[in-house]
Amino acid sequence: MNNLDKRRFAASHGVSDEEYERVLEVLGREPSMTEIGVVSAMWSEHCSYKSSRVHLKKFPTTGPQVVQGPGENAGAVDIGGGLAAVFKMESHNHPSYIEPYQGAATGVGGILRDVFTMGARPIASLNSLRFGAIDHARTPYLFHGVVGGIAGYGNCVGVPTVGGEIYFDASYNGNILVNVFTVGVCKKDEIFLGVARGVGNPVFYVGAGTGRDGIHGATMASAQFSDQTEEKRPTVQVGDPFREKLLLEACLELMKTDVIVGIQDMGAAGLTSSSVEMADRGKLGIRIDADKIPVREENMSAYEMLLSESQERMLIVVERGKEDAIARIFDKWELEWAQIGEVIAEQRFEVYEKGELACDLPVSLLTSAAPQYDRPRKRPAYLDALKPAVIDAPDDLGQAFVELMASPNICSRASVYKQFDHMVGIGTVVRPGMGDAAVVRIPGTEQALAITVDCNSRFCYLDPREGAKLAVAECARNISCVGATPLGITDCLNFGDPTHPEVMWQFSEAVEGMSEACIAFDTPVVSGNVSLYNASFDKDIYPTPTVAMVGNFSRLLEGPGRAQGYCDASFKGEGDRVVLFGRTDTNDIGGSEYLWTRAAQLGQRPPRLDLELEKAVQRLVRDSIAQGLLLSAHDCADGGLGVTLAECCIGAEGHALGLNIEMDIDTIARADLFLFCESPSRIVVSVREADLSALVSQAEAAGVPSTVIGTVTALPRLVWPGVLDLPTGDLQHAHKHGLSRLDA
Amino acid sequence: MKVAVVVFPGSNCERDCEHVLENVIGASVVRAWHRDHELPKVDCVVLPGGFSYGDYLRAGAVSKISPIMKAVSEFAFSGGPVIGICNGFQVLLECGLLPGAMLRNRSLRFVCKDTFVRCATERTPFTSGLSLGEVLKLPIAHAEGNYYVDAEELRALQDNDQIVFQYTSGDGEANDGANPNGSIFNIAGVCNRAGNVLGMMPHPERAAEDVLGNSGGAALFASIIHTL
Repeated sequence: MNNLDKRRFAASHGVSDEEYERVLEVLGREPSMTEIGVVSAMWSEHCSYKSSRVHLKKFPTTGPQVVQGPGENAGAVDIGGGLAAVFKMESHNHPSYIEPYQGAATGVGGILRDVFTMGARPIASLNSLRFGAIDHARTPYLFHGVVGGIAGYGNCVGVPTVGGEIYFDASYNGNILVNVFTVGVCKKDEIFLGVARGVGNPVFYVGAGTGRDGIHGATMASAQFSDQTEEKRPTVQVGDPFREKLLLEACLELMKTDVIVGIQDMGAAGLTSSSVEMADRGKLGIRIDADKIPVREENMSAYEMLLSESQERMLIVVERGKEDAIARIFDKWELEWAQIGEVIAEQRFEVYEKGELACDLPVSLLTSAAPQYDRPRKRPAYLDALKPAVIDAPDDLGQAFVELMASPNICSRASVYKQFDHMVGIGTVVRPGMGDAAVVRIPGTEQALAITVDCNSRFCYLDPREGAKLAVAECARNISCVGATPLGITDCLNFGDPTHPEVMWQFSEAVEGMSEACIAFDTPVVSGNVSLYNASFDKDIYPTPTVAMVGNFSRLLEGPGRAQGYCDASFKGEGDRVVLFGRTDTNDIGGSEYLWTRAAQLGQRPPRLDLELEKAVQRLVRDSIAQGLLLSAHDCADGGLGVTLAECCIGAEGHALGLNIEMDIDTIARADLFLFCESPSRIVVSVREADLSALVSQAEAAGVPSTVIGTVTALPRLVWPGVLDLPTGDLQHAHKHGLSRLDA
Repeated sequence: MKVAVVVFPGSNCERDCEHVLENVIGASVVRAWHRDHELPKVDCVVLPGGFSYGDYLRAGAVSKISPIMKAVSEFAFSGGPVIGICNGFQVLLECGLLPGAMLRNRSLRFVCKDTFVRCATERTPFTSGLSLGEVLKLPIAHAEGNYYVDAEELRALQDNDQIVFQYTSGDGEANDGANPNGSIFNIAGVCNRAGNVLGMMPHPERAAEDVLGNSGGAALFASIIHTL
């Protein structure tokens, strides 16, 4: 291949002319084909964060609770008792659009490895999914593939999938989002890092053999979709959850010995990125003999081996002289293993193929010297064209209510989470559908974590800064509604094409909004992921900065009953009183599901968030739960107060109750807007009649507006005299079957 | 009481079973590895749930030829109590220690949810602490739990009092609406003729503690202690 061909080859793998010049300048020579492959992968958006890094620096990442901040395989926070929660969220958007089952499955596999490579046994997973409009031709195929892939992988590995969120919107017709989150737990002083130390220490490859699957997956995920998308199918990896389970057990067993210097999974850009990142963190180099890499296909070149994204593989630097432990443990678990190289003093990434040096690059070229761009930003013109919401009151409020309950963005997710094993591990205390956040106890302890994931991308489209703030606020509210205290977040920043200045403006605004909210709730960003180029045919998705939050319980969990220390969302019994904390502003209709389902409008602005009020409401609810005052707590989110009340009546197990609303309708101008606007910072709680006055005075003392909504009834009807009289069963039926059209 | 929990590559409920046996029931637990040729000296054997050998080929099909299953079979033939839960049940079927076979769930999907099951016989060491007709709430989590026997075999199961659990409504009625996977005669668990080997799809270990909101499943494990 001549030098012009090389340049074209590099360009076809996403290395621009300018970037190629930079390689020449640093190397002082023409790179080999293998080297071009390595550079193109490491400089891809997916691996280098070249367009986002300049913005990510703004995130708050420190705090007394932070055990491990960004930059490692996952982040970690102190949860007391000498333990750390290790967690991260990852996107697998592009592969899942091309091949939904394997794309989603390997997304789960990757995030599990990110957590157990730190020494933490995964205890729970979540997912955040975005599909195109529910009536788009491709949506059922993508939906069933993704759900099946998550189930197929997670169920087999035996990590419960305990919650998540799903939205349908035409914005994702050509580019779905699949974000997966896993949390694990380990002793906080026994965290393993992805670092290469000790010149002469052997480098081991363990797990599955390397095949040709997923070659250039990182590059594929760093470009828009077009007509050629189908041709990219071979860049999607194929997962084997059984092997992942073996790898998980083998690695955790090896971690009980004293042989590991550093360990990292082979994710995007496979062996290349794992070696280079480990070398970089240790300020040393790594030399690899490609002929020793375990393979499952014949005649693979070093180029292919370095860029393969075959799944279920790890790279381990072992203390010299202690190599035997690898053979003993990985033979036991019937996994491939091989010593493929060693740590070297020179800060270089060297790969030998048939005795010849096929790749000889300075580590810094691939890491610190990788390009970084502060790409042009421009406030999008569409923002000035947004129109205020115009919506007439419905003739039949009850009918409008039932229709809203059936909306694909609001209806029950039971048909999805029943396909996920959400109970394996016998830790799931608050199951999917039961509460605002999942509650998972930690094996061998009486401690528990709360986890949740959220983003309303319509809000982010209307105002990325406020939308991102609202996403963090809702996560913290969810955590508070089960009684836990927010500790930290991880994120997936899913945005469009970064070469569009409007997209980078959205990105920058969202990062600043998230940062502001994270500071307010004292939830530092400890890990995360950026996914750009979520666009098809030059149409960008809605900005979608998905946030996942972890909280813990300061009190130990006890059995169910009055002083259980946590809450779920459903009303408990006749005569209990229902109170709304927070303020309802019927102008907060922009971006709401009600406005969209009834009028197909977005409106002009998202709901207004008052961070101080939000914090006060959350603190009040946490404190009241800790005192054993509350019987249930459920926040107002999609579909507003109305949908929240309906969900509280329906309950998770179908023991439907009713509600008698006792508010004076004369003080409310529009009942529909009051019920369905989406003002944030609101939580509906229920208490025993005897505790009502104590609760109301606590709210007053905390400066939180409270409104007595009414009384729970055994008769399963939602009744607001003169306004509404609906059987709970009608709402329940609509809610239950909202996704059934995907099965048609 | 000493219990062996058998671990195959891909088992994923062994830790859950161990936790309940040790911390809820107070038994001592030893693990038996799939490559072992002998069982430790124990009073009872548990085959836990999961995806042994990835469920490749067919659920339980590879496990049946593992060395440990020869030892488990001998233990069973000598009258030792053996319980297979979920994947463990599938393994017992493949080994021929229990009659019948599993089909894919009639929904063709993995199903994870609470079910109600009615105790149809107290004669096994795992149900001796239950009363006949008692209804338990136990979760299921499987894709291949659609139990099948032909008409003649079903008759034999009934004649020999081998049906141990049936899926029912909350008030104990074995109707089709309560059947989560299409199992014939709503069968959720069966035993061998002698009654010492039980296979069941629901997970009693997932319903054995108040903190999980359901402790009815603990009675199965507690029964063994009373039996011995």
